Amino acid sequence: MKFTIQVNEGPYQHQSSDTAYQFTRAALEAGHEIFRVFFYHDGVNNATRLTTPPQDDRNVVTRWSELAEKHNLDLVVCVAAAQRRGIADADESKRNGKDADNLAPGFRISGLGQLIEGGIQSDRLVVFGD
Amino acid sequence: MSDTKKFLYVNRKAPYGTIYALESLEVVLIGAAFEQDVQLLFMDDGVFQIAKGQDTKGIENKNFSPTYTALGDYEITKMYVSQESLDERGLTIDDLMPLTYEDEDDDWAEKSSIIVVNNAEIAALMEEQDVVLSF
Repeated sequence: MKFTIQVNEGPYQHQSSDTAYQFTRAALEAGHEIFRVFFYHDGVNNATRLTTPPQDDRNVVTRWSELAEKHNLDLVVCVAAAQRRGIADADESKRNGKDADNLAPGFRISGLGQLIEGGIQSDRLVVFGD
Repeated sequence: MSDTKKFLYVNRKAPYGTIYALESLEVVLIGAAFEQDVQLLFMDDGVFQIAKGQDTKGIENKNFSPTYTALGDYEITKMYVSQESLDERGLTIDDLMPLTYEDEDDDWAEKSSIIVVNNAEIAALMEEQDVVLSF
């Protein structure tokens, strides 16, 4: 089965990013296809490479990056939600006249159309959040 | 597989206090360009999103409620509202903004988009969807 995953909450504050990650990993291990993972609302905060959790805790951000590299996942961060919350890649940062960027490896910034397309192209769209 | 799917946006949160309602509306507006069969459902505190007379000056937030009245122009003509959620909050349909569309199959007559539904009807509505986005 082909899935699109939507992540609506930020890391650590909320369980939903952990659960989305675990669901995605389990689906891949069971042989399913992940069409896309879309980060929305505070979920965009899963994509900052500046996240520095204590060493004895999981690193929610690098965990997504590593899963993306291993399985060639499409991790998409909503541009409008990202701009509000200060998540930017180099191009976005330059375009908005900012002096830094923070997008973690394996993520890309794009529009909400990517979420709708995920709903159209996938057998199931699964939303993780409140 | 057909490229036209039934999309239901479930709006469950109050319009202010959290950003879910505003960012849900942004998805609805972008999604309208994809020519899918789109419906909105307002339930729980989400019914307040379409309440009349919203005034956000005191909280210094943008009042985005007028946008809902424009959705008819985006061919979004079915706005379901939970009867139970209205009842629980002491609201009636008269407390909601008039949300309308022009029916091209009926000489562009202006019609209400609001459809009040009970919980059993909401369950049936969800059952018939291809995609349910919950905010």
